[in-house]
Amino acid sequence: MKYSATSGIQHEEPLLFEHAHKAAESISLPGVAGNVPAALETFARKAPAGIPGLSEPEAVRHFVRLSQWNHGIETGFYPLGSCTMKYNPRVNEQVVRLPGLAHVHPDQPEESVQGVLALLYELQTWLGEISGLPHVTLQPAAGAHGELTGMMMIRAYHDSRNDTKRRKVLVPDSAHGTNPASAVLAGMHTVEIKSGANGRIDPDVLRANLDDETAALMLTNPNTTGMFESDIADICRLVHEAGGLVYGDGANLNALVGIARPGDMGIDCLHINVHKTFATPHGGGGPGAGPVAVNDTLSPFLPVPRIEQARDSYNIVKTDDSSIGPVFGSIGQTGVLLRAAAYIAAFGREHLHKIAEDAVLNANYVRVRLTDAYHVPFPGLCKHECLLTDEIQNKHGVKTLDIAKRLIDLGFHPMTVYFPLIVHGAMLIEPTETESKNTLDTFCDAMLEIAKQCETGDTEAIHDAPMMPIRRRLDETQAARKPVLVWHDDD
Amino acid sequence: MTIPVDLKYTKEHEWVRIEGDVATFGISDHAQEALGDIVFVELPEVGRTVDAGEACAVVESVKAVSDMYAPVAGEVIEVNEALESSPEQVNTNPYGTGWIAKVKMSGDTAELLSDDEYNTFLEE
Repeated sequence: MKYSATSGIQHEEPLLFEHAHKAAESISLPGVAGNVPAALETFARKAPAGIPGLSEPEAVRHFVRLSQWNHGIETGFYPLGSCTMKYNPRVNEQVVRLPGLAHVHPDQPEESVQGVLALLYELQTWLGEISGLPHVTLQPAAGAHGELTGMMMIRAYHDSRNDTKRRKVLVPDSAHGTNPASAVLAGMHTVEIKSGANGRIDPDVLRANLDDETAALMLTNPNTTGMFESDIADICRLVHEAGGLVYGDGANLNALVGIARPGDMGIDCLHINVHKTFATPHGGGGPGAGPVAVNDTLSPFLPVPRIEQARDSYNIVKTDDSSIGPVFGSIGQTGVLLRAAAYIAAFGREHLHKIAEDAVLNANYVRVRLTDAYHVPFPGLCKHECLLTDEIQNKHGVKTLDIAKRLIDLGFHPMTVYFPLIVHGAMLIEPTETESKNTLDTFCDAMLEIAKQCETGDTEAIHDAPMMPIRRRLDETQAARKPVLVWHDDD
Repeated sequence: MTIPVDLKYTKEHEWVRIEGDVATFGISDHAQEALGDIVFVELPEVGRTVDAGEACAVVESVKAVSDMYAPVAGEVIEVNEALESSPEQVNTNPYGTGWIAKVKMSGDTAELLSDDEYNTFLEE
């Protein structure tokens, strides 16, 4: 079998609210008349809520049909660069469904959730060891939330030293878009640092931008071109000498885990996308968790509540004068955190490095197989993702977007396209460690076939792609210019 | 790709038309082509004082969101509000109805590139 995509029966499915027989009701709920406490009477709904009245099988079919239009990691290969779409082993799902873990509530008394607290505390310790930054908050609910938390701590650090003019955050032009957004949300302003010709930060350019208003440098290592910032030690030293701190975006930690530690490189603060680097089901973009690990400099500012270990119990510390306060409603996204803990435990301290090794090996395997057919902007070994461009295919009138759409027809989720912004027509491919050589070969064969079709001028299928899915090529421009965001009841 | 000879340019792929002490600017034909279909333009505030090279507007395409930098220092005196409802003019007429803003200049224009210099810059 060459590629997996084939056309099968796919069902049209209207929005829930567009189902024809809205008035029908499959489940009759008892009326509330007489049961509403007098004090709440004025809030009781007078008219029907307008919820569509689908029967149970209709409701089930609605969601199953929508799910069949989707492509997930469980449908096929999903090499979305910078997103680390690794497979979530089923054993994780068994772990988080253990009654003692699944049936607890954030507001339960501490003494009744000691098991969960012990596991979460253990995870904190592991994340501290993996990052080389020993103090950890589990609260942030996603990577960008972790960035905001980190930037708030960095701001609090400067303010605690009465160095309140430090509001400038340096961000490389290859950064994830969330970096500048997080800095601004934390009340700082950003200055963009131009990457050098090798796709990395140029220490001279950095030096020219450092001054006594610099609060921090935010960087990702390896950066979004898939390259290791080889000057990282110098970079951190320069920022520290200027009185600033270094924030590490842990989005690409999969390339380093178990091998190199951001804390050892001089990074002061790092968020860890545990849903990426470790595991969780990758549904519609979530749920996630973005614990933040910091060194001694920043530890006084960590959010509360946090877990502390006592002689014979785990306690939740609720207040702390120097803390930036809570950034989440409880100690963290427990379900995601526990899956991450299960993934780490499955490898164990001894074998954790295999995650990074296999992820880097897989990315380089894809890079080498595609090197002659596609333009590689930054030569040499990449880390966990490889960057290609459409430069060669441009000559035949084919662009990155066309290649991405054609991959859908061949059964693959496209790679990340047009990111990082510093490379024209970027295609960023991240296979992760969970894919077999066979899967990688099938993907590379598909990419090579597309490149060959470009060369021979047989580009009709590429320009017409995708033809297999229930929806053909969508008009992304009109969707952005004239979005239909609100459903109106015409009745 | 066109590069009109009566305009000045920046390395950020913006064009500038100097008329007296007023500079009108937008993005070059090369920039709009590289960005793809423009779907949203965030204009600077009228009355805002900007430095040369300061981020002052945002251009969003189907591919990316990009900052625009003030090509000269001065005060923003007018913005192209028509782009709020029809950002596609940046694609269809980048040097005309796709202009972004006008700045009353307070500094010089020595840093700007001529059409020849911009063309050379693009070829590099």
